[in-house]
Parts: sequence; C-alpha cells; structure tokens
Amino acid sequence: MSNSGYILTKKNDRKSVWKFLAEELKPKGKLFTPFNLISIPVIILGIILIIIRFTSGLGAVTNLTQEVPWGLWKGFNVVTGVAFAGGAYVVTFMVYILNMKQYKPIVRATVLNGFLAYMFYAGALVLDLGRPLSIINPIIGNDFGVSSVLFLVAWHFLLYMIAQLIEFSPAVAEWVGARRAHKILSGMTLAAVIFGITLSTLHQSGLGALFLMAREKIHPLWYSEWIPILFFVSSIFAGLSMVIFEGSISYKVFSGQINEKNKKAHRGILHGLSKVCTMALFVYLFLQVLNFVHSKNWEYLGTRMGNWYLLEIIGFVVVPMILFFYSYRRQNILLIRAAAIMTIIGIIINRLNISIIGFQWDAVQQYYPTWKEFVVSLTIIFIEIWIFRWIIRRLPVLSDSPGWAKDK
Amino acid sequence: MNINRRNFLKVLGITGASLGAGKSLNAAAAKNESDKEFYSVLYDSTLCAGCQGCEWECALENGLPDPDLEDMPEVGRIRKTNENRRTVVNMYSTSKGEAFVKTQCMQCNQPACASACLTQSMYKTKEGPVTWREDKCMGCRYCMISCPYDMPKFEYFSKNPKILKCDMCHHRIIEGKQPACVEGCPAGALTFGTRREMIAEAQKRINDNPDQYYHHIYGEHEAGGTGYLYLSAAPFEEMGFNTKVMKKPYPELTKGFLYSVPSIFVLWPAMLLGIHKATSNKNQQSDEENE
Repeated sequence: MSNSGYILTKKNDRKSVWKFLAEELKPKGKLFTPFNLISIPVIILGIILIIIRFTSGLGAVTNLTQEVPWGLWKGFNVVTGVAFAGGAYVVTFMVYILNMKQYKPIVRATVLNGFLAYMFYAGALVLDLGRPLSIINPIIGNDFGVSSVLFLVAWHFLLYMIAQLIEFSPAVAEWVGARRAHKILSGMTLAAVIFGITLSTLHQSGLGALFLMAREKIHPLWYSEWIPILFFVSSIFAGLSMVIFEGSISYKVFSGQINEKNKKAHRGILHGLSKVCTMALFVYLFLQVLNFVHSKNWEYLGTRMGNWYLLEIIGFVVVPMILFFYSYRRQNILLIRAAAIMTIIGIIINRLNISIIGFQWDAVQQYYPTWKEFVVSLTIIFIEIWIFRWIIRRLPVLSDSPGWAKDK
Repeated sequence: MNINRRNFLKVLGITGASLGAGKSLNAAAAKNESDKEFYSVLYDSTLCAGCQGCEWECALENGLPDPDLEDMPEVGRIRKTNENRRTVVNMYSTSKGEAFVKTQCMQCNQPACASACLTQSMYKTKEGPVTWREDKCMGCRYCMISCPYDMPKFEYFSKNPKILKCDMCHHRIIEGKQPACVEGCPAGALTFGTRREMIAEAQKRINDNPDQYYHHIYGEHEAGGTGYLYLSAAPFEEMGFNTKVMKKPYPELTKGFLYSVPSIFVLWPAMLLGIHKATSNKNQQSDEENE
C-alpha cells in the first residue's frame, strides 16, 4: 500500500461526492418483501407512539410504576440487547488478538451489528429518560457521578461506540474510495480492538452491577454478588449465538454478496463458534450452580419462581449446551442454529428475570408492559435492521473489499 | 507485526488516564468536610396520634395539593408516598395495640440514591438531608432502582418530570428552622436535632421507660445509619418496616465492582497486547517453517 495520495476510485473520480451519495441513498432491492410489509406499519405506529411519549410523558405510553421504574425499553432493548451485541468483542478478540484468521469473513458484519445495536439501544435509553436533553450532563461534568455504576456504563457506551466505529471505518473508506484514510484507519484497528475488548468486559459486567444495590428487590434466585461475572460470561455465548443467528440469515438473504470462498467457510465458522458457545455455556452453568448452592436457595425450588428458574437453567442453558456440543461433534448445522435460537431465548428470559420479572416480584402493583411499549421496542429493532440492510447492500461488509484495499 | 510504538503508547496513555480516573472513586462516600454534624429527626411512634398534621404541614410548606380528607390511616391499608405527598402516616395492628408509623425519605447517611446518581443530582448535603438538584437530573430513575425504601418518586405524566421525595425541608434547615412536619406536630412525636443528640435522646427514652419501648432504634444502623430515627412500642417488623434492609451502607454493594475497574483497565490492554504478540509470533514462525 505504498501509493499514497487521496484518490477516489475509478467509479466516481469524475463525479462529485454529493452525486455519489445521492446515488447510493436510493433504495436497492425490492420494496414489497414480507419483512417490509410487517416492519413498515410497526415503524410508523412506533414513531407516533414516540411522539406521544415526548408530548405527554412516559406514563402515557408505558405502564411503569413508582416501584418498577425500569420496564421493557431498559430491560429488553438495553440490558438484553447489549448482551447480544457482545459478539463484536468476542469475534474481534478471536481474529485480532488470537489471530484466528478463519473468522475474518464475519468480523465486519459482526462489528457493524454491534455498533448499530449500541447506537439503537442508546436511542432506547434516550426514549426512556425523563429529561433526555440532560443526557450530556454526565459527559460535560454536570456533575461527574464517579461513584455510580451507571456513570461507568454511560461512558463505556460512548467510548465503545467510538472504538467500534474505528474498527468498522476501513469499510467506509473502501466504500467512498478514500485510500489514504483507509490506510490510517486500518492502522488504528488493533488499538481500537484492545480498547474495545477492555471496555466491553467492564460494561457487560457493569450492566449486571447496576442491579447490585437492589439487593432486597430482586428475587433471591436471581440476585447475587456475582451478577457482574454472570453477565460477562453470558454475554460471550449470547453474542456468539446472535452472530450464528444473524450470520445464518445474512447467508441466505445476502447470498449474492458473499464470494464462493467465504460461502464454503460458513460451515466451518459456525462449527468453531459452537465450540466456543459450549465452553462458555459450561462455565456459566458451573457459576450458576455454584452460586445457587452457595446462596442456599434450596427453599425456593418448589415455588412458582423456583420452577421458572429451573426452566431457565435447564431448558435454556443445559439443553442448548448439550445441543451445541452434540452438533459440532456431528457437524449438524441445523442443530447449531436451533441451539443458538434457544440460547437467545434463554438470555432474553434471564435478563428480563433480573430487570423486570424478578424485580419487585412481591410488589402489590405488578408491572406488565403495555402493547405500546412492545411496539416501540420492535420499532427500534426494525429500524436497526433497515439500516443494517442498507449498509450491507452498499458497503463491503459481506462482499469483497476493492482490489486496492486487500491486505498486503 | 501490526503493533508499533505508537499503538503501544496509545494503550499506555489510556491505562494512565483510567488510573487517574480510578483515584477519584475514593470520593464515593461523600465526606462531611465541615465540622457540622448531620441533622436528624426522631419519630416516636408511641406519641403519635395519627392526626396527619405532618401531612398537612408538608403539603403547605412544599406547595403540594391538600391531603385528601377521606384518606385516613387505617389498619390493613398501606398508603404510600407519591409525587403529590412526601410523607404519609399509616396505622398498624401490633402486639402492643394499634400504632402509627410516619413514612418519608429516610435521609441515609450514605444514600444508595446519591451513589447511584450518575450526575450527582441526588445529593447528600452537609446538613444531612438528601436533596434533588433539578439542573443535573436526566430522569434515568436509577435512584429509584437503588433506594432500599423506594422513596424517590417520578412524575410519569409530565413532559419535564421531576424526582420528588422528602428533603427534610433543607431550605428551612439552612435558615436555622426546623422541618415543617416537626414544627407542626401537635403530639410532640417528632424531635429535631443533630443525629448524635437524637440517638442519645432515643436511648434515654428507652432507658427511662424500658417497658414502654421495643429496645431498638430503627435507623441507627439500618442502611448504614439513616437521618430519620424511629422508636416504637412493638417490634418493627409488625409495623411495616423494611427489616430485611442491610445493616451496612448500600453503596458498599457496588464498591468491589467499581474498585476492580482501574485494575482491569491496566491489566486487560497489557494482557491482550501480550496475547496478540505471542500468537502473531507463533504464526510467523510456523510460516517460516513451512517455507
């Protein structure tokens, strides 16, 4: 890459940047797909609800109570969603730190997914804030609440989004054809990856640590001093299961973008990831059992919450662990995908148990989300998928980088 | 080798900065730097007649709507504070007969809400009351998640919502006056003074009339010590008190996690860099062997 100098690609070196952007902004692909037909009405309804939320207060849209102040948007979009975005730090760790080159084809899509997830979950957070304009206060120092776990999480969100943007930026440089910028940005990748993994370790566990002070409010089966560690370990297999799930869909939907070599590598990548998932699930299960025995929680086992807990641990941790193990021994892609979906459901259940279902489980006035909260939650996810699809169709994420940008 | 000196220095800079940030964590438990002592209110349930005078005084002082005249304390119906009332009196049937309990924010010595607040909007003043500072709050409601007494309340139907709770009439205390509820209590069930004086007074009352009181001052050690202190004839668990509450300050629950942050910020980048170097060296070697 010695030929420096700011040269746009052949495609658009005679056109202005604006013309290029205007051309790229046009929709590519069919308009009337099943996904569009479902998502467009939901998004329109969701945007109306968001406007109502900002004009009439949170109470007009949500069922939040004085005892349960965090509902579906925080519990599902933020706490659960961030766990699923954990795939980005695990995959960058494998590729850039452990130098496992075979996973390189999925790095960009995973990082992009992670970045968009963080961006939209930060968006969900803003919707949920009572005074959203004050969101800059912890950043500009009005005041720095350094003793707060949420302060740490907020800063890490911001810094990690920047790190992910740097990790993804070479793809943007390839798209616009900025060769020199590409070289500089590629050089920053390793530093961004190291910084990003450190930040992820801390805020994945930090999201769990948020609930440490709610000691009497969370059901004893889910509250423990280990919540931060459990959140961190579970973010590994949650993130990878999402990579398997999203990767399998992308493999079908964007099949035209993926070259033959990477198509062949797809199976191998899924097998490799299922091995990591098996191990991470095993560590998680071990920690859960140890924690259960350590906190002497036997008395709760016969109760309704106890059965729910057993279902979560056996049905959505033990079973997918066995499925992952069995499927990579048998080279069964279908089973890997089934195991990934089960793990995803398990993580949703786990995070909701801590943040909503088990939170104030004995309160007189229980919290049940309204349909409006569900619509807004879905709106956030659908808009994210739209943008993901928009980028995939234009930037070299799944498709090959232009010839000039190939490594060495 | 992808790692060069510049990247290494970058990582080094980051770790240095985080070390610096880590140091300020020691400010977690806000130190009372002046020689002032925290003020406290002692509530003696055996003297309370349940007249709701405190509710009226509170509403008048803080510009809240008048309390509902129909809404009287009764056994079996727990009234709660909300965005329109910052203190309520409830009635309980106990082993020592019917008794009243006034509830409001406990004004913890080391408040969970203040340590949870990422903008220090919830603030432990040097006089003792925990106040809410409007210009800082972003409405995240993490204080409500953290408070063991569920005292911060949120205006769900407002465009620009506030967090509301009793602030022990902080504006009156700095003028040298007593909180409105204390001043207006006709039965003398509320006493105001420094926390040390109030604990001594409570101990004296128990010692003088050992048969009349349950031998415990609620709030002396609960949640690491609170600004509101309670005396009662019956055991506190019969009076709707949160007796599951920890005896140490709630911010200690997150201290371990927060203290691990600087160490991870130092150890992780160094370790990751090390692993990266080790694995890429190995690859180069095996490449050379192949050739």
